[in-house]
Amino acid sequence: MMQGFQMDLISEHRLSEMAPVEKVRFIIDEVMEGKILVLEKGLSPTEEASLIEMTMTLIEPDGFSGIEMESYPAEVDTSIFGRLLKKNTIKSRLTVIGPADQLKTLRKDRNMISALISTHR
Amino acid sequence: MGVIKKIRRNFADLFKKVFKKQNARIGIYGPPNAGKTTLANRILRDWTGDAMGSVSHVAHETRRARRREGVTIKTNGGSITLDIIDTPGLATKIDFHEFMEQGMDENESKRRAKEATEGVIEAVKWLDNLDGVILVMDATEDPFTQVNVTVIGNMEARSLPLLIAANKVDLPDASASTIRDAFPQHPMVSISALEGKNIDTLYEEIAKRFG
Repeated sequence: MMQGFQMDLISEHRLSEMAPVEKVRFIIDEVMEGKILVLEKGLSPTEEASLIEMTMTLIEPDGFSGIEMESYPAEVDTSIFGRLLKKNTIKSRLTVIGPADQLKTLRKDRNMISALISTHR
Repeated sequence: MGVIKKIRRNFADLFKKVFKKQNARIGIYGPPNAGKTTLANRILRDWTGDAMGSVSHVAHETRRARRREGVTIKTNGGSITLDIIDTPGLATKIDFHEFMEQGMDENESKRRAKEATEGVIEAVKWLDNLDGVILVMDATEDPFTQVNVTVIGNMEARSLPLLIAANKVDLPDASASTIRDAFPQHPMVSISALEGKNIDTLYEEIAKRFG
């Protein structure tokens, strides 16, 4: 039988159908099952903060130790329209999320994320 | 104290409360062990003669946010009075085994890990109540950590001012230019909070950004 880990690639469309709280819950549930998620569009900065917050509430000694999350730095919309509205529009980008004991970031820069995924938990 | 005097004093206090301009609340953020409390202590010692909290080489030494109100920083351009919040280090994972590797026993490590998770939650919650952030980065580390990305993203989304303090430039491996190249859209000052290096430049920039 083939052994390994499950990696789910989540489209922007799939996540956009969910409310922020649903997204966070969905991600946490999947990661706690040991899945590695690749989000096409990523999360907004406030959703990332909510995800960190919820992760902290679920950490248990000898159990779930948290998540590894890596996203590219968000891009700010600097278009004339954006400036006219005087409100920053943040464009989130691809994000990889997995259990902290399975996913380890090796290197990351503005446009590349290099990660190691363990098949053992 | 006479009744009239008492009434006059109460009225003066009320007047102050109603019309006093609230100080800008500035949070000191960053990953564990970046030097946030060392910087908070440096600022407070320089301007109040006091300190914010204890520091340690073991991560998550600060596990509760600490707030100091009315810290007046004087620069060549004038002065600014701030409320400074030293926050616990932000993280996406906390494993008590890492504290055991630092020599703590199992119970103490588990307690510290539990308190650290609560500290992270507190730090995240403070993001909604700030007027600006000093993001402390360890200049010897890769700047593209998720904590840095998330804090910067949250400040940009809220259109709030952010100042990056590239800390630990007293160490031989430090590279402040890597941080500048990573986040060129935000002002950055390279400092050693421990040794006080470049700290006056930081104060000038604080007055400029948060004034």
